Amino acid sequence: MSEWFTLFSNSLPEFWKGTLITLLLTSTGLGIGFLLGIPAAVIRIYGSKYLRWLAIGYIELFRGTPALVQLFVIYYGLPDMGITLDRIPAAIIALGLNSGAYQAEYFRSAIQAIGHDQMMAARAIGMSRIKAIWNIILPQAMRLVIPAWSNEPVSLLKTTAIAFLIAVPDLMTKAKMVATRTYDPIGAYLAVAVIYLILVVILTAILEYISRKSRIPGFDLEIEAQRST
Amino acid sequence: MDKYILEIQNISKRYGGNVILKDISLNVREGDTVVIIGPSGTGKSTLLRCINLLTRIDTGKILLDGKDITTKNVSEDEVRQHVGMVFQNFLLFNHLTALDNVMIGLTKVRKMPANQAKEKAMQELRRVGLADRASHYPGQLSGGQQQRVAIARALAMDPRVMLFDEPTSALDPELIGEVLEVMRKLAEEGMTMLCVTHEMGFAREVADRIIFMEHGVIVEEGPPAELFYRPKFERTREFLWKITELYGKHKDEEKPGDTST
Ligand SMILES: Nc1ncnc2c1ncn2[C@@H]1O[C@H](COP(=O)(O)OP(=O)(O)OP(=O)(O)O)[C@@H](O)[C@H]1O
Ligand SMILES: [Mg+2]
Repeated sequence: MSEWFTLFSNSLPEFWKGTLITLLLTSTGLGIGFLLGIPAAVIRIYGSKYLRWLAIGYIELFRGTPALVQLFVIYYGLPDMGITLDRIPAAIIALGLNSGAYQAEYFRSAIQAIGHDQMMAARAIGMSRIKAIWNIILPQAMRLVIPAWSNEPVSLLKTTAIAFLIAVPDLMTKAKMVATRTYDPIGAYLAVAVIYLILVVILTAILEYISRKSRIPGFDLEIEAQRST
Repeated sequence: MDKYILEIQNISKRYGGNVILKDISLNVREGDTVVIIGPSGTGKSTLLRCINLLTRIDTGKILLDGKDITTKNVSEDEVRQHVGMVFQNFLLFNHLTALDNVMIGLTKVRKMPANQAKEKAMQELRRVGLADRASHYPGQLSGGQQQRVAIARALAMDPRVMLFDEPTSALDPELIGEVLEVMRKLAEEGMTMLCVTHEMGFAREVADRIIFMEHGVIVEEGPPAELFYRPKFERTREFLWKITELYGKHKDEEKPGDTST
């Protein structure tokens, strides 16, 4: 046990660098996914026929194939088409596109739960569709989505480990390096497991806090009541 | 005074193979309160929805202040600002306070500066007696209060006509009165109103005209006294008899101390 702590503390600077990369991949992937997911969901619900098919195509493609395959296509496949990306940008783009597809589905179910009625009420005071989506539907959907959406940052954080396979110096890659250096793979991988776990716990606590802060007085009660009848 | 504010001319509406509205015509004068009654599934809601263009008519036309609002080149959003709508289940915006519910149309649709919009919104809340609930969210208001906020939200746009689609039928009996009271006041102030409601007390006292609809047509229309006491058609008499019986009963239940069900 004490050996393990020695390994852990000796490798701390390396793990720290890896953690920063992992957090970078998670946050940017999440951000890109958010910016893609909302329009994809809105278009899938409210878009014209062709736009809707485009959104469905994107969502199903990225949800229906392994993230690792997506990463390899972007990193190894795109250069054939004349687009060469560095490791980290390639990983960020792959994770962002992947997360966007999942986030789109969370947003879609939240928007659908808000329902036609709110849209109708907004239209009835003279709001255009776009304004109604922006001012009425999305603000409610964003709050409603939080509990379900909270799975995404955690799941994406864990998915970032695939970046190891294109040698991005993330936490997983550092674990591999430490394992090679110390001849103690179990100790090294156990160490990153602990770090991933700590990150997940912190992330969960933050999401929990946001979810509490964004509650609309009386509203969640109403939704629960609707579900129970 | 004798100018028509709303002219509905031979409109029809079908959903798939079902004809919901058949060649309906109806003129409403400024300041009139028209109550529409009729059995379920008759097309009363559809008629109101056609007037504020939430539903498109198939044939005929609708004029608002003499202007055809059912032609292609008319902006729906523009028309809806002039036609207020109150729904059976209130449909307040759940994420906004009472004040913001009333304000949002002014700021986002009418582009009114926030302070001016706020002042006007407060004025409308006062009009429905809810100035002290301005900062409450819909989930913190009773059904009756929610419906009054919904009325204020519609009024804030300064509509030419107000449409009410069974505004009290989702309410507990003890909350119906406060909403009807607001509507009665509006009628007195000269608002032009079309109300689908089966509150016959309200219809009798406030309506200038009652319209009895069945199977997508207007069977009979006239002043309350005429429809109630000298209906031309047997169907009208039967229907009125039935709903007075039905709704009359729950009126009795409201009487304090009455425990019969
Ligand atoms: N969007 C729609 N698509 C298809 N059919 C519809 C639609 N809206 C309404 N209908 C049908 O039109 C008919 C009239 O409906 P409407 O809601 O106007 O009746 P109503 O007189 O308001 O009845 P109620 O008293 O129950 O509210 C009903 O048979 C209904 O099923
Ligand atoms: Mg109806």
